[in-house]
Amino acid sequence: MNVSNATREALAEFIYEEARLLDEKRLDQWQDLFTSDGVYWIPLGCDQQDPVDHASITYEDRLLLKLRIDRLQQPRAYSQQPASRCLHVLQLPRLEGADGRMYRMRTPMIYCEARGDEQWTYAAVARHELVPHEDTFRIRLKRVDLLNGDAPLPAIQLFP
Amino acid sequence: MNHSVPYRQAPAADQLFDGDRVHRDVYLDPQVFDLECERLFARGWVYVGHASQVPNPGDFITTWIARLPVIMIRQPDGQIQVLPNRCAHKGAMIVSQPSGNAGKLLRCPYHAWTYRLDGSTLGIPLRAGYEGSRLLQTEAAQGLERLASETYRGFVFARAAPEGLPFREYFGDMLSVLDNLADRSPQGELRIAGGSLRSVIACNWKMYIENVVDAVHPISTHESAWQTARDAAQGWPDETPLPTELAQLLPFGSGHDFYRDAGARVHAHGHCILGIRGSIHSGYAPVPGYEESLQAALGEARTKAVLAFTPQNSVLFPTLALKSSPQTLRIVRPLDVGRTLVEIFALEPVGAPPELLRRTLTYNRLVFSPASIVAHDDIHVFETMQRALVHRGNPWVSLHREHHGEERELPAEASGNSELPMRNFYRAWSALMATD
Repeated sequence: MNVSNATREALAEFIYEEARLLDEKRLDQWQDLFTSDGVYWIPLGCDQQDPVDHASITYEDRLLLKLRIDRLQQPRAYSQQPASRCLHVLQLPRLEGADGRMYRMRTPMIYCEARGDEQWTYAAVARHELVPHEDTFRIRLKRVDLLNGDAPLPAIQLFP
Repeated sequence: MNHSVPYRQAPAADQLFDGDRVHRDVYLDPQVFDLECERLFARGWVYVGHASQVPNPGDFITTWIARLPVIMIRQPDGQIQVLPNRCAHKGAMIVSQPSGNAGKLLRCPYHAWTYRLDGSTLGIPLRAGYEGSRLLQTEAAQGLERLASETYRGFVFARAAPEGLPFREYFGDMLSVLDNLADRSPQGELRIAGGSLRSVIACNWKMYIENVVDAVHPISTHESAWQTARDAAQGWPDETPLPTELAQLLPFGSGHDFYRDAGARVHAHGHCILGIRGSIHSGYAPVPGYEESLQAALGEARTKAVLAFTPQNSVLFPTLALKSSPQTLRIVRPLDVGRTLVEIFALEPVGAPPELLRRTLTYNRLVFSPASIVAHDDIHVFETMQRALVHRGNPWVSLHREHHGEERELPAEASGNSELPMRNFYRAWSALMATD
């Protein structure tokens, strides 16, 4: 792949920053990282290719992301009393491929969510499709394959 | 009324329902849960799976009926049997995959005892070593004793107890709910499609079932979801149709009068239908071409009747929850007294436009996924109930809403806000929990 080291570094930086926005609950800034046709997808299984004719844990366009984020602010979002927190612990995001000006990234990670007295830990691989935007990037697809996506899962309230 | 009954002096298991209230031990007591596993889940007809999950001879799925692991397996003659997934020898699970094909026989991984697909013993290695022993006189030599099972329009149910109500008597008119689902396919055939979502909740399984037939809570519990949807729909241009997800979320804001008028009906043996005259699902835009395809198969009158039935939920006692539109199937599986697994499936009406399955998958993802902003508030409430009911205080949980007197005559209809479905559920529960 003919991608410069500077670009690879910038791509990785972007993904670290994206995770930080989520961990700091800067969700309006986070959703603006997506393109207008961007999608956030948590499939049921890592082999899953189809988000339309197959179940997924989430499959959200900009509208649904906005609904989810706005709902977190609702005074009567009872499942957020108390509020959840999250932390992403990432391996170095690596470039898997580039199709023209779209970069495919792969980032194994540990995602933790905490609420009240409990904490849940998930292993996952995040795959991003990033396109250049001004001097940074935008997310066309963020796909998160949980290691145990097809296991019985408790409520996942924030964003792996 | 004595509300200060000390915790340990709770009534016997089949006395825990008082006619209009239920003792918290039904949700909290591990011994009651043990009795449910022994009695209720053995004596009732429990949904196991769908024929479409095992299309060919040897195909199987594995699941559980409470604590009993079972194999649902297609026989060479086309029948479907339900076998205990437990070797007759030492109790090892014969099959450990969620699904697959067993070939011509079942073979235990431990000492290689083999069984035909119908559970009968095929081979016991070192048979000579058992001569003169009592093996052949014991249950260990009887193979995998298959459960009583029935398949209706593809829905497979099993009863672990050898004795009990016959299938048709147990379900009565509720079988028409299964007919309605199957008749939504121009070919009369359903197919489990698109995988399943699995949600685990730290609450007793009956809290979830009661919620399935509770029409009073959505406006309050799910306010954060429907209010957000309403705000998003505000700015929506009139000429553009609402996205499916908004169309599915908005009706969660329906008021009490709406549900009241939609009504409920309870049947003998614990079953019920919430929303006999409609529900949050009744207002969806029609799918082009669908009605015509059904009319060609069923005729106009039957098509009209099939499509008009859009309840909030039907519950086939004890643990099967069905929607008719969308075609959602939920199994509420008890894992422990305070832990419940909900498995959510989509039924595809074979031959219908693909949009039907897509709407069902979208709805399931939106409302039942572990990430659902609707489910989150239900899960929160259930989990706080499970934790808070334990402590000193009133041990009785109210089921008084719209209780007007004797409720013996069945089937019976009520307002959609009534807790008759819950009272009816616990009457059936008490009957099955009684000692012999």
